[in-house]
Amino acid sequence: MQPLSKEVSVGVDIGSTTAKIVIRDGEEVIFKKYERHYSQVRQKTLSLLKEAEPYLRDKKVKIAISGSAGMGVAQVARLQFVQEVYATFALVEEREPDTEVVIELGGEDAKIIFLKGGVDERMNGTCAGGTGAFIDQMASLLNVTPDELDEMSLKCGKVYPIASRCGVFAKTDIQPLINQGVSKNDIAASIYMAVVNQTIAGLAQGRKIKGKVMFLGGPLYYNQGLRKAFKETLKLEDENALFPDYSLYAVALGASIFAGKADKTYLYDKLIEKLEEAVKARREVASMPPLFADDDEYKEFKERHDKETVEFADINTYSGNAYLGIDCGSTTTKLVLINDKKDILWQYYNSNKGNPVDVVKDKLKEVRTLCGDRITIKASAVTGYGEQLILNAFHVDRGLVETMAHFMASKQFQPNVDFILDIGGQDIKCIKIKNEAVDSIMLNEACSSGCGSFIETFAKSMGYDTREFSKLGIKGNAPVDLGSRCTVFMNSSIKQAQKDGVSVENISAGISVSVIKNAIYKVIRANSPTELGEHVVVQGGTFLNDAVLRAFEKEIGKNVVRPAIAGIMGAYGAAIYSMGLEQEESTLLSLEELEKFTHTSKASVCQGCTNHCALTINIFSDGGRYVSGNRCEKMTSKGKIDEKLNLYEYKRQYFSNLCAPHKEGAKVIGMPLQLGMYDLAPLWVGIFENLGFNVKLSGLSSRETYLLGQDSIPSDTVCYPAKLMHGHIEQLIKENVDAIFAPCLTYNIDEKAGDNHYNCPVVAYYPELLKDNMDILQEVHYYAPFLNICDEKELAREFVVTMPKDIIDADQKRYLEAVKAGFEKYRKYKEDLFAETEKIITRARELNKKIMVLAGRPYHIDPEISHGIDLLACSLGFAVITEESIAPRIGDVPTNILNQWTFHQRLYRAAHYVLTQDDMELVQLVSFGCGIDAITTDEVRSIIEKEGRIYTQIKIDEINNLSAVNIRLRSLIGALEMREDKK
Amino acid sequence: MNDSERVEFTAEMKKDYKILIPTMLPRHLKMLASLMTVYGYDAELLENSGREVIETGLKYVHNDTCYPATLVVGQFINALQSGKYDVNKTALFFTQTGGGCRASNYISLIRKALKKAGYGFIPVISLNFVGMEKNEGFKLTLPMIRRMLYSVLYGDIIMTLANQAKAMEVHRGDAEAKADYWTKKLVEELGKSTPFTYGKIKRTYRELVRDFASISMTSENKIKVGIVGEIYVKFSPLANRDLENYLISEGAAPVMAGLLDFLLFYVYGRIVEHDMYRTHKKSIGLLKIAYKVFLKKQKDIIDVIKEESDFEPPTPFEHTVELAKPYINLGVKMGEGWLLVAEMIEHIDKGTNNIICTQPFGCLPNHIVGKGVMKIVKERNPGVNIIAIDYDASASEINQQNRIKLLLANATKEE
Repeated sequence: MQPLSKEVSVGVDIGSTTAKIVIRDGEEVIFKKYERHYSQVRQKTLSLLKEAEPYLRDKKVKIAISGSAGMGVAQVARLQFVQEVYATFALVEEREPDTEVVIELGGEDAKIIFLKGGVDERMNGTCAGGTGAFIDQMASLLNVTPDELDEMSLKCGKVYPIASRCGVFAKTDIQPLINQGVSKNDIAASIYMAVVNQTIAGLAQGRKIKGKVMFLGGPLYYNQGLRKAFKETLKLEDENALFPDYSLYAVALGASIFAGKADKTYLYDKLIEKLEEAVKARREVASMPPLFADDDEYKEFKERHDKETVEFADINTYSGNAYLGIDCGSTTTKLVLINDKKDILWQYYNSNKGNPVDVVKDKLKEVRTLCGDRITIKASAVTGYGEQLILNAFHVDRGLVETMAHFMASKQFQPNVDFILDIGGQDIKCIKIKNEAVDSIMLNEACSSGCGSFIETFAKSMGYDTREFSKLGIKGNAPVDLGSRCTVFMNSSIKQAQKDGVSVENISAGISVSVIKNAIYKVIRANSPTELGEHVVVQGGTFLNDAVLRAFEKEIGKNVVRPAIAGIMGAYGAAIYSMGLEQEESTLLSLEELEKFTHTSKASVCQGCTNHCALTINIFSDGGRYVSGNRCEKMTSKGKIDEKLNLYEYKRQYFSNLCAPHKEGAKVIGMPLQLGMYDLAPLWVGIFENLGFNVKLSGLSSRETYLLGQDSIPSDTVCYPAKLMHGHIEQLIKENVDAIFAPCLTYNIDEKAGDNHYNCPVVAYYPELLKDNMDILQEVHYYAPFLNICDEKELAREFVVTMPKDIIDADQKRYLEAVKAGFEKYRKYKEDLFAETEKIITRARELNKKIMVLAGRPYHIDPEISHGIDLLACSLGFAVITEESIAPRIGDVPTNILNQWTFHQRLYRAAHYVLTQDDMELVQLVSFGCGIDAITTDEVRSIIEKEGRIYTQIKIDEINNLSAVNIRLRSLIGALEMREDKK
Repeated sequence: MNDSERVEFTAEMKKDYKILIPTMLPRHLKMLASLMTVYGYDAELLENSGREVIETGLKYVHNDTCYPATLVVGQFINALQSGKYDVNKTALFFTQTGGGCRASNYISLIRKALKKAGYGFIPVISLNFVGMEKNEGFKLTLPMIRRMLYSVLYGDIIMTLANQAKAMEVHRGDAEAKADYWTKKLVEELGKSTPFTYGKIKRTYRELVRDFASISMTSENKIKVGIVGEIYVKFSPLANRDLENYLISEGAAPVMAGLLDFLLFYVYGRIVEHDMYRTHKKSIGLLKIAYKVFLKKQKDIIDVIKEESDFEPPTPFEHTVELAKPYINLGVKMGEGWLLVAEMIEHIDKGTNNIICTQPFGCLPNHIVGKGVMKIVKERNPGVNIIAIDYDASASEINQQNRIKLLLANATKEE
């Protein structure tokens, strides 16, 4: 045996999607390799080492493994593990010691390391996406490669706001942009911007990123556009933005530095042996029974479902009448042509490739050609996300809300259908049917869309085609348990499964089960199969996947009907609907017109109100226009909003004009108009104006308000209204106020209706949090006293104790006078509000309009919080009032929960009042991340549904897209109409 | 609250119903279950755990509700469905603070879940000290409260000593064995109806501390990690994936304050409110007495630990309060309120520079008192590492462990 000559140090970095290896001899890198591991973590580690054999044989090998998926390998093979951030740290110290911040984006990880002035590392926690996998997912959504996405981004003209917190949110924002025909270049740049915002807001959390910044990881190595976005947003000079050429290998390099310091050395053969053992070893992971016990079970399943089909007729020989249905969904476009007997003449189902207008145009041409003179298209209807766009572009006869389309189609397969579950590309829809009418609709919340496109993207990331991937699931013998929360969580769970060496088959099956659990327990929230109904129909593209279908049947313990045309049910339903229109001839563009049809789009900003919606103006070759992106119909020819029927608008005006004109020479005290201030501002304004101050409210919020304060938000899971507080403070400081007043109120006003009168913890104490998280507050007089507003005298006393003398020098008597004036102003506000409510109700009844109680919290009137839902409701023909405007009409009400929050008890009272009024419907707004609403929503729902009324819930966040809300409200209208028809 | 529909725990039921208690602090609550027998209740601490409990919880509780509610409900319903208990002769037991966080609604959530699962007839007893929800068959008497207090104190001592010993013991398992021995012994003692004097209790303290001190321990320098957080997740191994033992297995020494601090926080919080808002006028006299008594009890424990061992005793509560003041207003009272901040500083004060702040995903008070103070705590205490870890049914263990490993790697570097 030869004497071992040399030592080499090996660093291995196994991330969520890729594996990297670096071998160094001293400081010199003698071998490196970067490869996707497709979740074959242990095998990949082994093969990388085998590949490096020439560099390792006959050497003393020192090794360290790093990376999120590397932990498991290291553990099983009993090799040294280095925490990945720590490995990065070591590398930076060696290569660029004057770096102050490292930003690293990986497949599914994002981190910032602060190296100077208090070492600190921030990694994405349990709720954060926006990384490499996210960019890949977005690229595939746009139907381009990540490289093309990058090129496109460099040519952008306008950046659109895209929610930056997690991939699912962003996707919901991007989809409408695609459907509205926004230029892909702009979308590409907007996606990168979202990643940047995500990194800054989610990870830096208030800590400023400055000095020399090193950018590492795949996405930042490959994407010039992303680099540019980071550089520009962080305002970095060239010499302070480092994009090293070892960017991809940084962690592996760092690990090799650690390896070099270790004492333990291995011989090549010994090392390989250790890893081979690791490949063999299998750790117990949480798993579930297989989807199919044996082949017979699968066969029975297949045969049963193959029976659920429709008749087809040959379009090439048929002559007569036909009806066309189009479903322009979020990711796919579906078209169906049927004859008088509802037999399918022709159908189309495919991805809309990010450009639904072109796809529909081509397909219409095709179907018109096939029809020739033999077949007359009597009527057409369109449904789905792109409904309005397609309707306007091609002169489709009618649009209908997708829930109704699905109901109509399902009835053809199961006349007694009482429950429809539709899982599409990125949405889950559940429709409950009672007495032949849509009884309730549930859509997935923005956070839980572990739907079809998730499976698709994931299959792709593992190198499989979706169909192939789902077939593998059928063979899984022990599906891995991935939990049932949102996509981001699932990604981490899959990471865990990969780490544990679970097979692709079992991951695939596990994902199917997760999607189903998500639908049942998160969206439908059922706890027994009987709750879903007796006759269940499932549809949507995702159910074409047998593994998903089987998982559903197993989970609810009942066989269900999956129409053979599960993927095109929306279009089929639309076709059937158009048949009912009983028209002579469709207005749909003729073949000639289609030949000439072109479509361009441009971006614009609506000046109709303070919302300043980003508009996309679609111009068609026949001179037709379709404007999208607007929340209301105010600026388009179609609708006119009756502003006298919107209490939200009234309140906004009221608060905007609340403060008296400023007097010369008086000190200005600023107050952030957010959270509880949207209810109590009259009280505080009244008090301070009486004390001789000029009062300045920070005003209604906009997206800019959020961006202004985003870098000091310490918790990325707190509700959006709280996050906006930071921007309001910045706003006030910009306006040079002399002092800022933001009280902390454990207790709110006692309205004597409930068990207690608390504020929620966030509303109560957020001003206290701001004090220590916004450095800028050191520069102004900031008062966030703890006060109790339940007793006038007591409040006056507390003012004396808590307010500093240098800003107000008043005694208790003087304060009491001011407090009384404040309460008078508050009382007056309530009086005005109630009077206006009465006026709206009377007017609505005169005009025969339905009244929507858009119930939430007082701060939901903020345009940046409710995103114009009130305007949308008005444009759909409702009069809009609020929960607190009618709560006083009813006293204390019985509840099944502890009724201890002032703002929330108003919800229960409003709900009870709605039950007494036939023309009022309650729609509840829920802030995402509001823990208390987990309690209130169930309670309000049970109050409303007990009397057989329809409960509608809308979750709101920084998400800026009203399409889903539109579906919900239109389904509500549809359900109400069907109920009325019944009567 | 709609009290008319509530199923009351009647005097009749007291005769032959079994009362189930959820696991939060296993040792403390085992003693609680035992002492209840003295007053005629048949109580049992639930020990079911694992994925099934979580799955059951997810089925019966709104998914966005905090994790502890999911676990508590899951544990109850899983137990009821197990066939181990006669559901017609079973009652459930849970604490309620009446604070402004949603935890006060756990009782309602348990009832709702029971109804959903078809157990709407099962009474749920609320243990609270503010007079919410009266039950004919369950009354807190002074002797019973006294015994409860001692179960808390005993539990705290065992937990404090066992944690420290476990991290440093030479023979793996010594500390756990002692903890088991003492829990069993004290469960028996508290379950005997014979009255016991404070003198005897203090003697027990001494024996207990001596016994733990006799464990042979290494003088190795281990990384101390302070655990703070939302009370259920902080204490319950079911919720925090057995964080204490995980840290020990990683070679660190976990440190955490006991349950008594929370009781003190609760009582003192009302005194603070009286001070700030002039509320609690009627009960203020009693509150002040209770506060003094609790302080004295704490001091006795501290003294015994100091006299009999080298273990780190609990921090005197009055000092804890002082530690919090520069960081947060004592008016922040919801959830763990300022106490959570105080515990962070307390750890730093004792030289524990690594802190894990645990909370359920989306915990409302912890936005303020957990994540909300980290910036300022780190700024004022350079070299201190704090990480927040969110727990819920779907949180990936690997991400949590990754963060903990990072904390430990950082700590090693600092030393």
